Amino acid sequence: MIDSPLIKLDHISLKRQQQSLLSDVSLSLIPRQIMTIIGPNGAGKSTLIKIALGLIKPDSGSIFRQANLRIGYMPQRLTLNPLMPLSVERFLTMASPSKQNIANALELTGISHLRKRPLHNISGGETQRVLLSRALLSDPNLLVLDEPAQGVDISGQTELYELINYLRDTLGCAVLMVSHDLHWVMAQTDTVICLNQHVCCHGHPEHVSNDPAYLSLFGRRHAEAVALYQHDHDHQHDIHGDVVCEHRHHD
Amino acid sequence: MIDILFNALIAGLLVASLCGPLGALVTWQRMAYYGDTLAHSALLGLALGLTLQANLQYSVLLTCMIIASALFALQWWRDIALDSLLGILSHSSLALGLVCLSFLDNQQLDLNGFLFGDLLAIAKEDLINLAVICGIVMALLFRYWPALVAVTAHAELAEIEGLPVKRLRLLLMLMVAATVAVAMKIVGVLLITAMLIIPASAVGRFARSPEQAALLAIICGAIAVMSGLAGAWYWDTPAGPSIVLGAGCLFVLGQLGPSYRRD
Repeated sequence: MIDSPLIKLDHISLKRQQQSLLSDVSLSLIPRQIMTIIGPNGAGKSTLIKIALGLIKPDSGSIFRQANLRIGYMPQRLTLNPLMPLSVERFLTMASPSKQNIANALELTGISHLRKRPLHNISGGETQRVLLSRALLSDPNLLVLDEPAQGVDISGQTELYELINYLRDTLGCAVLMVSHDLHWVMAQTDTVICLNQHVCCHGHPEHVSNDPAYLSLFGRRHAEAVALYQHDHDHQHDIHGDVVCEHRHHD
Repeated sequence: MIDILFNALIAGLLVASLCGPLGALVTWQRMAYYGDTLAHSALLGLALGLTLQANLQYSVLLTCMIIASALFALQWWRDIALDSLLGILSHSSLALGLVCLSFLDNQQLDLNGFLFGDLLAIAKEDLINLAVICGIVMALLFRYWPALVAVTAHAELAEIEGLPVKRLRLLLMLMVAATVAVAMKIVGVLLITAMLIIPASAVGRFARSPEQAALLAIICGAIAVMSGLAGAWYWDTPAGPSIVLGAGCLFVLGQLGPSYRRD
């Protein structure tokens, strides 16, 4: 029997200022499943995630959330006011007052030594782990991650993705994430949703990577591109969406 | 004579203890301009109060709260940038207040006192009103402090973790409005924002937690109040501006100290 879905989005549409951001998007996530949303910049990936989280209300469509759904959310990046004095521990206290829970979460993400450090004084990779720790404090059965490896160097990215995989295995939670790292997406994800305002294609990574819609969106030589993508990270901050199309592959 | 000074000191300390934590939240949320808007609308409240012959303290409080609610509602109006909107409301209400005041043929009205504060003219009933408003805002602030800090640090995460973000924002705006209404007596319409911003900014470098920042800002504000009053007492300087000047000096001194964030 198929597990009943943790969360299910049905025919979601959203318009802002006469411009369609999402049209007729459906997805459903079962327990322990890893689902990745890929797509170019402006495809509505973050918007879709915020709708799933309930931060944005769609114009039409319905959202079903399982009654015992506990979401841990990791936002795209921590935009923290530089004036606000916060230690890692104080930041985590906002999600859970229990010191024991905080210690456990930091242990899981491997940053116990940062507990007393000011949040302004840690690296990008460490900041992402702090955010991940906070997401874990709700004892989630669904982790929602919006570009978890953004602003993290290459070796840090691999470690972070391995950590996410490890967390899925040990905590048994489902994962819904936006990622640009096609390499990881293809290797580790159960289901890929290729989004460009609408769902271009979805399914198992292998299936998706052969889908014409995917090929037209990400470029024909995507296999090489995935490899290339690993070597070329200058696009990470501004033009990361259209990664593959941005490069001219000589073949 | 000592009575006057005592009243002034108590009033000043009450406002300083309110402005510390609120000012910290206001600076973290970058709402300084918002405080200015409310301060300017206080003058409109004053004109209304005089026209209706109502208690000035409460008419100013009410007007500030109405303007705060209006601003809260208008922030979703996307046709205009928020800072422009604040500027328009701020200066329109200041101008409207001044025009209304000019129609009132009230010789006893000391406009200077409202613009720059008249701390030494605080009477016993003023002090009671002040204490009541301060007490209510303090209680709210104490009750909702952790939630307000969480929303300030990261609104989206706070919302997902179940906090009513919009209502907390409205609460913060209303508390700032109330503070403006009481601080008007102390430092005057034009300098209210200073009491919110300067103590909180002066201690920002030293604090290691939001709670420490709030507490240090209260202490800084209290020192400013005392030094300002001392200046007013010994050299006959205007009390309100002296207090703000005292806070300004503390800010400059604070910049010489070590910073928490750079260690």
